[in-house]
Amino acid sequence: MNNEWPLWEIFIRGQHGLSHRHVGSLHAPDAEMAIKNARDVYTRRNEGVSIWVVEAKHIAATAPGDKGPLYEPSESKVYRHPTFFDIPDEVGSM
Amino acid sequence: MYAQMVKTASSGVKSREEMSEQERVFQDKIDADIKIEPRDWMPDDYRATLVRQIGQHAHSEVVGQLPEGNWITRAPTLERKAILLAKVQDEAGHGLYLYSAAETLGVSRDQLIEDLLAGRMKYSSIFNYPTLNWADMGAVGWLVDGAAIINQVALQRTSYGPYSRAMVRICKEESFHARQGYHIMMKMAAGSVAQKQMAQDALNRLWFPVLMMFGPSDKDSVHTAQSMAWKIKMDTNDELRQKFVDQTVQQIEYLGLELPEPGIKWNDETGEYDYSDPDWSEFFNVIKGNGPGNVDRMKARRAAWDDGEWVRDGLMAHARKKAAAKVAAE
Ligand SMILES: [Fe+2]
Ligand SMILES: [Fe+2]
Repeated sequence: MNNEWPLWEIFIRGQHGLSHRHVGSLHAPDAEMAIKNARDVYTRRNEGVSIWVVEAKHIAATAPGDKGPLYEPSESKVYRHPTFFDIPDEVGSM
Repeated sequence: MYAQMVKTASSGVKSREEMSEQERVFQDKIDADIKIEPRDWMPDDYRATLVRQIGQHAHSEVVGQLPEGNWITRAPTLERKAILLAKVQDEAGHGLYLYSAAETLGVSRDQLIEDLLAGRMKYSSIFNYPTLNWADMGAVGWLVDGAAIINQVALQRTSYGPYSRAMVRICKEESFHARQGYHIMMKMAAGSVAQKQMAQDALNRLWFPVLMMFGPSDKDSVHTAQSMAWKIKMDTNDELRQKFVDQTVQQIEYLGLELPEPGIKWNDETGEYDYSDPDWSEFFNVIKGNGPGNVDRMKARRAAWDDGEWVRDGLMAHARKKAAAKVAAE
């Protein structure tokens, strides 16, 4: 049997209340050990206040070739940005 | 460097006309400094060369723990011991970041480790030199990590995303390594005559082996052109070596130590320091496996891998059992 420990992706919430962010990967036999290892590897200098671990095989991702169909539609919708609308200064802040 | 003489898998740099459409798109991205990500198309040779380079870099981080690990139990104070322990622990982390980057290219970490243990992959020549006394802990942190920093700072701009991100993370941790080493040297150089002599001896002994870390001189480096076109090598060996010499001379002078060899002289014309070439036959001999420490290092790595097998297997068996019990309970 292949006994290589599975790969986990590690997400850490930094000090400042931001979202968890992907910081890297590591191998561990299970989630508990993945968290322990993540603590040792990715938070040795106060980088985080919370850790998420996800086994890499459970992550679904877009394929590089999907880029066009996925993101091009939003390029033509400039009205989604507030700067699209000219509002007179007299109105005050909006 | 940490990856020396990585053989580029390529038959030479192709002209645009010789490239396929896919290769042209790929090269255009690299030229425009757009990172290549794991699932993007890439030439097989790019992938193969990166696996070799990142793998060798990872092995160097791990084997590089041995010469310093050798002195953890004999550090002169509890504080120095804690610092050295933290430094060596960082290097284990560096190995992990790099193995992870290599794995995104489709190799497994276990496979890379087996390639190292079977002698199919290498690690940096520098770690085949022994660390004889506490002054060597100073010189290694200062010079070896100092040289590594020069290489790794440049590699932060490398074209392969995961490798570049690993370098950014590593560089953040490295200056602690160089500084703690220099701090040891400062203490010893300002200490008793015998301590200063130890510091000088460590500098003299490690100087040429450290220069060798940057790899053979440009005129003997056959793999440079393609790797530079792919941006997996950012500067030539001699450019990086020169940078190292120029920054280190000043640091030697501050310590009040003698220069390690008489060839180091300021050159007004070039605006750089001249220096003597290392004995390249020694370098090639160490690479071949005949350095003072090669046998011991590999023995230590093999023992760690073999002796740890029951732990790896045991934890995996436990995890499988727990997962099965959870399924049964649901
Ligand atoms: Fe390192
Ligand atoms: Fe280091």
